[in-house]
Amino acid sequence: MARSRPEPMQVVKQRRDAALKALVEGVPYIRFLDITFDRRGDELTGVLNFDEKLIGNPFLPAIHGGVTAAFLEVTAVITLSWETMFPRIESGEIEAQDILTDESIRFPKTIDFTVDYLRSGLPRDAYARAFVNRSGRRYASVRVEAWQDNHAKLFAQGTGHFLMPQPPKPKG
Amino acid sequence: MVDKTVLARQFIEAIPHAKALGLNLTSIGEGEAEITMPYNAQLIGDPRTGVIHGGAVSTMLDTCCGAAVMSHPSAPGGTATIDLRIDYMRAATPGQSIRTRATCYHITRNVAFVRATATDDDQETPVATASGAFTVEGG
Repeated sequence: MARSRPEPMQVVKQRRDAALKALVEGVPYIRFLDITFDRRGDELTGVLNFDEKLIGNPFLPAIHGGVTAAFLEVTAVITLSWETMFPRIESGEIEAQDILTDESIRFPKTIDFTVDYLRSGLPRDAYARAFVNRSGRRYASVRVEAWQDNHAKLFAQGTGHFLMPQPPKPKG
Repeated sequence: MVDKTVLARQFIEAIPHAKALGLNLTSIGEGEAEITMPYNAQLIGDPRTGVIHGGAVSTMLDTCCGAAVMSHPSAPGGTATIDLRIDYMRAATPGQSIRTRATCYHITRNVAFVRATATDDDQETPVATASGAFTVEGG
């Protein structure tokens, strides 16, 4: 059987970007911190766009440790959700506009999250990338790294465990 | 010790991000601190339920732990987080303010050990707990 012709690049990009946008921009707290995501294929990089209101120590100055923790956690949850949903987004089963409205689309819940603070967060943009160590039926383990000017010099890293969305129990 | 309590309160209230979240330092002293945060729709993590994002709770816990360290009688001045672990027990009830309490239960010349709990109106079952290690600065 002949292989079906690949979709035009623009169609693929538009579908992926619309799904990612819905996933990220639908959450008020992610907008509050002004976290955005860069996408290359299925790989995501979280970007914490610097603003004065993110400062935790005005004398240094440095980004608030809680903001760093939240940035790592947001990057972990979005990356985990993205990787879990990616096949269904690609197949067209999940449409961008359904991501936050369809009750059957659920997100992983954080069980615990640990942050190592390696250096103080400088008053400028920060980047983070998450790696899914294991994603099972019920639980997932995710590691996240965050850096600023130099990728080799992480300013924080974290590990979290997540409860995966459970399929609804059959009635009756 | 009164001076340090005043100093710690001024320090916390001068933090731009604490202002952005609307944090109130309701009690501080002797290695213990309490911070409250009113419900705010900008901090929602799940738009379908209106539950506050865990990240905002983490920030409260981190700030509260730092305040507890600074208020400890043996702490000479500032502090920074070395590591912090947060356990999320349940979603905070939408519409309710969140309260965190932190205790600096041990301190050395270099390291402070802290535990904290976050609750909403239901004070019996915690929303989240935290435990962490903090630096001891300015000795």
